[in-house]
Amino acid sequence: MKGFWQRALRHPSFAAGGLLTALLAAAALLSLFWAPYPPAEIDIPNKLQGPSAAHWLGTDSLGRDIASQLLVGAQNSIVVGLVAVGIGLGLGVLLGCIASARRGWAEELIMRASDFTFAFPALLSAIMLTAIYGPGLVMSIVAIGIFNIPVFARITRGAANAVWARDYVTAARAAGKGPMAITLDHVLPNIANQLIVQATISFATAILAEAALTYLGLGTQPPQPSWGRMLNEAQTQMFQAPLLAVYPGVAIMLSVLGLNLMGDGLRDLMDPKLARRR
Amino acid sequence: MPVFLLKRFATFLATLAVASVVVFVVLELLPGNAAELILGDTATPESLAALEARLGLDRPPLERYADWVGGLLRGETGLSTSYDTPTAELIVERLQVTLPLALLAMGLTVVLALALGLYAASHHNKLGDVGVMAASQLGIAIPNFWFAILLILLFAVHLQWVSAGGFPGWADEDSGAFTAASLGEALKALVLPAIALALVQAAILARVTRSAVLEVMREDFVRTARAKGLTRRQALWRHVLRNAMIPVLTVAGLQFANLITGTIVVENVFVLPGVGRLVFQAISNRDLVVVRDVVMLLAGVVVLVNFVVDLLYAWVDPRLRVA
Repeated sequence: MKGFWQRALRHPSFAAGGLLTALLAAAALLSLFWAPYPPAEIDIPNKLQGPSAAHWLGTDSLGRDIASQLLVGAQNSIVVGLVAVGIGLGLGVLLGCIASARRGWAEELIMRASDFTFAFPALLSAIMLTAIYGPGLVMSIVAIGIFNIPVFARITRGAANAVWARDYVTAARAAGKGPMAITLDHVLPNIANQLIVQATISFATAILAEAALTYLGLGTQPPQPSWGRMLNEAQTQMFQAPLLAVYPGVAIMLSVLGLNLMGDGLRDLMDPKLARRR
Repeated sequence: MPVFLLKRFATFLATLAVASVVVFVVLELLPGNAAELILGDTATPESLAALEARLGLDRPPLERYADWVGGLLRGETGLSTSYDTPTAELIVERLQVTLPLALLAMGLTVVLALALGLYAASHHNKLGDVGVMAASQLGIAIPNFWFAILLILLFAVHLQWVSAGGFPGWADEDSGAFTAASLGEALKALVLPAIALALVQAAILARVTRSAVLEVMREDFVRTARAKGLTRRQALWRHVLRNAMIPVLTVAGLQFANLITGTIVVENVFVLPGVGRLVFQAISNRDLVVVRDVVMLLAGVVVLVNFVVDLLYAWVDPRLRVA
């Protein structure tokens, strides 16, 4: 494990990605305890101010502090990413493992179903859900989570099938181990790497999807600050305060970039063969 | 070949059928009473009963489903509750914006991605390659609606070359005829949205193109071709490109689906009267009839594109035709 971290810190994209991701996590954690101002505090006399010592990044059209909103907005992105990936990971890995352990009709059914789910990108599911239940954080998380299930189911099944074909699994079966025990003892530990890499990348995709949904007004609702809605509000002030439309976008971009770089780095680090081939 | 085609076609139809059931169940059965949802809490029992009768909610679900699908197939769709117009009419009108936009964006994506991907692959591990890869990593991380806003900031607010949004229509406003000027104006309104949509997709596709080309360049037949005296460039064009197309096609197909849903977001940034704006307004108006038909259309397009990609595979790689 010590060797892993030594290699990891020297891997440029993992190191850069890890740093950006750590910044995102730190911003969210910090904002739980402290922010320069309460993010939803309206202060009309000080609206649309430029960056200053009092307001590092200025204020928006209602006088709310931009830096504070950005900090607290990080919480929103992290929660959405964690839960949406958690839904996809939990159900997707379960389905993928079942498909791979049982083969036959179960595999066919699960794989057809996950092919089918791709017909409904997160945005379409979100549109259907919000049309009925109204917009909100939960609906957007559910929509993104549903889309993640087939992503993980496919990866799990592909990787697990390869493990099932290995000699040590045959040996375990000969020794009388059942499919459940083999899945837990041999399959999952051997496919964990691939799942971690995909989880990192899905986390980034979830942040992007959530920002788009919130921008459209289908996701997180006020007064909870979110980067997507900050962009939506900034668009109405573009002629007076163009910078307002820049900060939240940069925050989203750096978070997504960080997670993607970290995912790429992890893939290289965990698969030495691939790293050499590149 | 015919067996392959038939099998794929059957899967395509089955997927469409399942999609229609899902859309129907989610939007018609799950809400309980759609009329209540549309009219809100303040509705009187009379108005509820009237709307229920108009939407046909008093009939059994199976009959409603059959009616809806039958109507879709015949082109006779239900009436939008907010516009009082058949949804097909609304959608066809809005597609005149969305379809050209999606195609323009797809065209841009493919051209950009192939150019960048090939360039990076043929300059493997040199400065150009690293530059393209870094730029594409950045492109993937940029949300398309934010890029759209940045484009508006630069070209509409700062340089004032184009308007910040809106769509003038394809025909001339006064005469109603299609003139070169009116078509040009309309196209101009679609250029920035198309660029905003294409950037992210091109970044992803460029990476796929690069790695696919690199993969094929290591194959024995390419070495043979080079040994027979072909230059690197000749080998690339004659042997590598066609063989590298399979992963590129797969991803491009999936991306078209992303572009279609991406238009929903980008149309709202640029206030373009397309299908995306239609469905978005339908949500605000609680117009479930429009939401249902648009979602079905978009899901149908995604399924259709996947079907076409499957066929293209078989065309590019004859080995797959027997599988």
